Amino acid sequence: MVKLAVNIDKIQLKNPVLTASGTFGYGKEFEDFIDLDRLGGYIVKGTTLHPRQGNDYPRMAETPAGMLNAVGLQNKGVDYFIDSIYPELTKYNSHMIVNLSGSTVEDYVIAAEKLNELEHMPAIELNISCPNVKEGGMAFGVSCAGAESVVKAVREVYKKTLIVKLSPNVTDVTEIARAVEAAGADSVSLINTLLGMAVDAEKRKPILSTVTGGLSGPAVKPVALRMVWQVFNAVKVPVIGIGGIMNATDAIEFMLAGATAVELGTANFIDPAVTVKVVEGIEDYMKRHSIDDVNDLIGALEV
Amino acid sequence: MKKSVKDLIILENECLNDDSHKIVFQAPDVDSDILPGQFANVLVKDSQTTFLRRPFSFYDVDVDEKSFSLIIKKVGDGTRKLCSVRPGEELSVIYPLGSGFTTPEKDEKVLLIGGGSGIAPMMLMAKKFAPQTSNIHILLGARSQKDHIVLDEFEKVGNLLLTTEDGSIGEKGYVTNHSIFKEISSFDKIYTCGPNPMMEAIGKIAKDNNIFCEVSLENTMGCGFGVCLCCVTPTQEGNKCVCTDGPVFNINELKW
Repeated sequence: MVKLAVNIDKIQLKNPVLTASGTFGYGKEFEDFIDLDRLGGYIVKGTTLHPRQGNDYPRMAETPAGMLNAVGLQNKGVDYFIDSIYPELTKYNSHMIVNLSGSTVEDYVIAAEKLNELEHMPAIELNISCPNVKEGGMAFGVSCAGAESVVKAVREVYKKTLIVKLSPNVTDVTEIARAVEAAGADSVSLINTLLGMAVDAEKRKPILSTVTGGLSGPAVKPVALRMVWQVFNAVKVPVIGIGGIMNATDAIEFMLAGATAVELGTANFIDPAVTVKVVEGIEDYMKRHSIDDVNDLIGALEV
Repeated sequence: MKKSVKDLIILENECLNDDSHKIVFQAPDVDSDILPGQFANVLVKDSQTTFLRRPFSFYDVDVDEKSFSLIIKKVGDGTRKLCSVRPGEELSVIYPLGSGFTTPEKDEKVLLIGGGSGIAPMMLMAKKFAPQTSNIHILLGARSQKDHIVLDEFEKVGNLLLTTEDGSIGEKGYVTNHSIFKEISSFDKIYTCGPNPMMEAIGKIAKDNNIFCEVSLENTMGCGFGVCLCCVTPTQEGNKCVCTDGPVFNINELKW
């Protein structure tokens, strides 16, 4: 038996496979396809203090080896989540983590206080990197001062594990990572989507209603791997790797580059059963390479 | 029936005209729960440009033979690759997805209107409800005679009416110009799938005449099962996912 469990701060995940927010709904949408309890945990969709309708259609453009989205954090708000979704999710024994977004520090703090009371939710992922909402997250995540201010304020009211999701749309991701670590983050996850754009030449118009959107999928994987490696070498807190992971090999590449766990995002759209396949694939890889403990893979890149 | 993602064996690939193919999939778990309007989301292998799955409404479901068929029109690289699949090969499919059309009451007079690829769910609709009512009229519109496909199959399941933009077969004009609309108030229900401008025009006629009308939308989808929130349409209750709240909507729900 290989050991697949990893720790993110105080939480033990039964394996390193998580799902990326915004690609996994509230988890229950996957019930027909997989046993959610096979996952290390699942991160549910981006939630804000107040309900949001999101951006206008079209919100998505298919691009080579990936896609752009400009959903704009459509969600029914944190109270709806707590009253109507959370109780239903407590039946799973995998760790449930909510991704929290906001447009002001105050919004983040009020919502984080509410989420702090949820017994079966051991962590939140703070989204300071959504590229699709004005003053929505990314404004905080692209400067050290902005990132620090929101993380510090949330840290004061949120007592459990605080993961901060970083934007790749910055000059030096390690500066932001260090700033959020200093402000009290227990872990960092990266990367959120890369700001991009798609054009319809026939119509001479942008494809997305918002003109720009966030790029995800295999197209971003090399950028994500590079940033995970840089951040792993810059901070002490555990790093969660995200960006174009489609299979177990991709996941292992991220772990070798320094990720303690990984989030699968866009891959869920292509194959809703991919997460469990990645768990099994990591196990196979470990057996083939005679590795007993998955923790031995973390940052094991031979440079 | 439960949704699943499976590699399905191709039983048949029939070329219908220059653009369209009928592809039959072996699907051991299909049952009669599959509703007209529901769809399957098919993965394209080895395409440089097609990363996401492509959704297609069920054209036919054969519970006895344990198979279903889809009509695929060549639009881009992905659909061209799907149309070149050979019997015996496998394709990954997620199915059944989305909501279906409401079942008409016994002996209601029903008008099914299909345009372009939107003809597919109208076949399953007609086949499924033909036994309980003889009053199914099927109106299909296309640019020209060569764009009208599977007419012989439609003739077997209802009273078939046609339009073409060039007048090469059926009445000349768009489907909404067809003479059947002179007696539209005699219909109890209208079901339609096709390009949005066509469905909007039909929806308006239905509203003006106070006739029940459902439309099946074709918004571009990311996942097909309600998690990416990319295919939304504005409704009276805010943005809703076409893939899970639809693709079938009553026109009164939409902001048309």
